[in-house]
Amino acid sequence: MAFRAAVITFPGSNCDRDMAAALEAVSGTPAIRVWHGDADLPDGLDLIALPGGFSYGDYLRSGAMAATSPIMRAVVAAAERGVPVLGVCNGFQVLTEARLLPGALLRNAGQRFVCRTVGLTVEGTASPFMVGYQPGETIRIPVAHHDGNYFADAETLDRLEGEGRVAFRYAEPVNGSARDIAGVLSANGRVLGMMPHPERAIEPAAHPSLGGADGRRLFESILAALSAAA
Amino acid sequence: MQVRVLVRLKPGVLDPQGRAVHHALEGLGFEGVEDVRIGRLIELDLADGTDHDTIKAMCEKLLANTVIESFTIEGAG
Repeated sequence: MAFRAAVITFPGSNCDRDMAAALEAVSGTPAIRVWHGDADLPDGLDLIALPGGFSYGDYLRSGAMAATSPIMRAVVAAAERGVPVLGVCNGFQVLTEARLLPGALLRNAGQRFVCRTVGLTVEGTASPFMVGYQPGETIRIPVAHHDGNYFADAETLDRLEGEGRVAFRYAEPVNGSARDIAGVLSANGRVLGMMPHPERAIEPAAHPSLGGADGRRLFESILAALSAAA
Repeated sequence: MQVRVLVRLKPGVLDPQGRAVHHALEGLGFEGVEDVRIGRLIELDLADGTDHDTIKAMCEKLLANTVIESFTIEGAG
């Protein structure tokens, strides 16, 4: 089965090539590159990925302008049809601004840009993105962001936790996120937004501070889930 | 017609920028600064007669993120 993944590029995206490279490395099929001004997505997609970066220079709020771009109307429609959508870093910010995921990403509590590999605790596993992880295990994935401080009201946070929609939590202080939330799932588990960069952790590197392969399983999960469903 | 939209973080939403500016004001020797919150002023030049509901929709759809921000509209007729 050829895996059809699309990577959306906004003006100011800077992790789109990394995302496409990770998808190709894991699936063996080149990702389809889609420009923000396109009105339509390719047919028959298995995955839509919104990459990291600083779309539209973070004008107004991180992800706010990208959420209004023509392609996002098509992404929202595809998500409503059940096409899996992964938003990483700025992609997560875009998904919250597009209201595909609840909450918002505020400036890091410490005001500083945080760029390092952090520990994450795996939580929500009822998702095609998560089947390769064990609940409660700790993985290591790099973060690189200034606006990663997850915020939602207490009622929303309770609902996310109650419904198993917290995908990952930080296992250490990173950015002041409410309840240490690093990634959240949609109600149907098919939209995942996360600040850490799994596409930067798809192969072991010579130095332990670089890379790692814990992000690879996220992409393998979605492939396995699709194969199982096919 | 000129309309000003003031966008502010809701009470209870942490404002790290405001906190940093607060500390900077104290560092400059200003006393009695109790709190600093940073918001955003958006000036809109709109066709005369643009109704309030339309401006409100602009705020809710784009100018403010109502998860974290509140807004007030000033100068609308």
